[in-house]
Amino acid sequence: MDPMIRVLVAKPGLDGHDRGAKIIARALRDAGMEVIYTGLRQTPEMIVNAALQEDVQVIGLSILSGAHNAIVPRVMDLLKEKEMDDVLVVVGGIIPDEDAANLKKLGVAAVFQPGAALEEVVAFVKSAARVAS
Amino acid sequence: MTWGPSDPAQPRTLSGIPLDPHYGTPAPGEFPYTRGIHPTMYRSRLWTMRQFAGFATPAETNRRYRYLLQQGQSGLSVAFDLPTLMGCDPDDPTALGEVGKCGVSIASLADMETLFDGIPLDQVSVSMTINSPAPVLFAMYLAVAEKQGVPYSSLNGTLQNDILKEYIAQKEYLYPPRPSMRLVTDVVEFATRHVPKYNPVSISGYHIREAGSTAVQELAFTLRDGIEYVEWALQRGLGIDEFAPRLSFFFNAHNDFFEEIAKYRAARRIWATVMRERFHAQDPRSLKLRFHTQTAGCSLTWQQPYNNVVRTALQALAGVLGGTQSLHTNSLDEAYALPGEEAVTLALRTQQIIAHETGVTAVADPLGGSHYVEALTGEMERRALAYMERIDALGGMIPAIERNFPQGEIANASYDYQRRIESGEQTIVGVNRFTQEEEQKLKLLQIDPTVEKTQLDKLRALRAQRDNARVQAALAALRTAAAGTQNTIPCILDAVRAYATTGEICQTFGGVFGGWQERSVL
Repeated sequence: MDPMIRVLVAKPGLDGHDRGAKIIARALRDAGMEVIYTGLRQTPEMIVNAALQEDVQVIGLSILSGAHNAIVPRVMDLLKEKEMDDVLVVVGGIIPDEDAANLKKLGVAAVFQPGAALEEVVAFVKSAARVAS
Repeated sequence: MTWGPSDPAQPRTLSGIPLDPHYGTPAPGEFPYTRGIHPTMYRSRLWTMRQFAGFATPAETNRRYRYLLQQGQSGLSVAFDLPTLMGCDPDDPTALGEVGKCGVSIASLADMETLFDGIPLDQVSVSMTINSPAPVLFAMYLAVAEKQGVPYSSLNGTLQNDILKEYIAQKEYLYPPRPSMRLVTDVVEFATRHVPKYNPVSISGYHIREAGSTAVQELAFTLRDGIEYVEWALQRGLGIDEFAPRLSFFFNAHNDFFEEIAKYRAARRIWATVMRERFHAQDPRSLKLRFHTQTAGCSLTWQQPYNNVVRTALQALAGVLGGTQSLHTNSLDEAYALPGEEAVTLALRTQQIIAHETGVTAVADPLGGSHYVEALTGEMERRALAYMERIDALGGMIPAIERNFPQGEIANASYDYQRRIESGEQTIVGVNRFTQEEEQKLKLLQIDPTVEKTQLDKLRALRAQRDNARVQAALAALRTAAAGTQNTIPCILDAVRAYATTGEICQTFGGVFGGWQERSVL
């Protein structure tokens, strides 16, 4: 049996819209992964520390407020600083196409925009986490 | 002979058939108001077309407001950015990347003056979607009125000021529930005494629904929140008929057409009964549930975005057939970004077509007496009352929130709905059926990236120019008021007039009340 994939689902920034984050967290859990949900209003520092403590393979960031261009690069920098580059980062939320392309250039593994199917997200995390481990 | 439904004195169908103001009994405008709060509804007064808007700097939003008013919109509705909603200034570290993004940034009275520049507050009603810092923004609005020479008694508008649904759904809370409820009640009391035409709280199901609740849950949790506000105001010593006529509500309009209509009808009946039987209200105005409707943002799809125009039109029609007092129609591009000007104009035109072309405004409660609609109204009422009884049994809404009861119910409903979409059990056109490869590209509103710097520079200049001794004295007085039991609004007004910032005032409260962190439920 495969070892369990550990995922941190995080809500950075001031945005309180957690419907998507909670649905994704449940879907990943139902797919057999171990999911840690940070709750609301996490700074990039808090998220990266939680990822370190919880020893996760994957971080999922949910951002609907338009602050992704400020928040995601900071998370990526902190992961590099702490030599945690092997942690897979996926982002979900209202992310325009151009921004999604830029985030991927920074090392984000996938960006899921509105309308992405749960199945697609689950399948991606499963396969990408396996390849990475 | 006058043709068509456009003659307000004697509406006719397009074939010329004259129409009564309503059909059947009981008449609309009679207790328990299931059929509407006025006997003639939209014949006497159309709903207020109120598009929620705000982005970037106060100057930019002011331009959008003037544009919307020119296009025939009848009231304003202010959308604030997240730092303002969370009571922090643009230079707060947590505000990084959020300034002016999903609403307008209002850091002080100076920003509020710019926001309403050239907009006479005695003539244009203003709704403000703000909750934890609601008393602060309310005070800034009053201070702008003072500067315009408009007496408080001429002010007409609505403050959302609904903290309970923040804990339940939208999560923009700052302080623990009880001190927050005290602030809500401070506004209710102050407005009742001094701003008599103003709605000091808009009890909102909208966000509960957007967080994924069912229509029944939206109905039940919203009305139970309403009961909580009434109880706090009564404990404050206000008479039920002094404040109850100014309580207003805000509901969602989602896809299930008849269920939405039944929801609004059931809401009026439950509220009228609760007000009369539980709170012994005498004034008929206390019994009448008035509400704003917004079409469901969460129903908008990224795929085939032009379909959103059609969804929104049908949802808006449900709101109108359900007897709404004001309406916001979402724009087709809102799954992508804040709406652009073309999109928002089309959304407003959607309302104007419903109002002026379809003829649905001629007859009040046109679906009243339908076997289906009446049965569904009754069933919504029964199910909502059952939920409300469960919350009563938990000791009221605050203990229910502390035990995560409404939050958990919503999370379950939200996951269940998403699973039904994923399995194809619930059809969403363009998403899980009738999909297409080629997507139309939209022209999206871009928020100028220099907004954050503009707001920061203004804030620094303000802090350098204002009388800081006066600010400190006002904040010290506010701290004392917050720690005591007196109404805090007069002290907030003094602080605001001295140009204390949104963040400074909210932090002053935070120093007295402490913060709040929810236990997250999955």
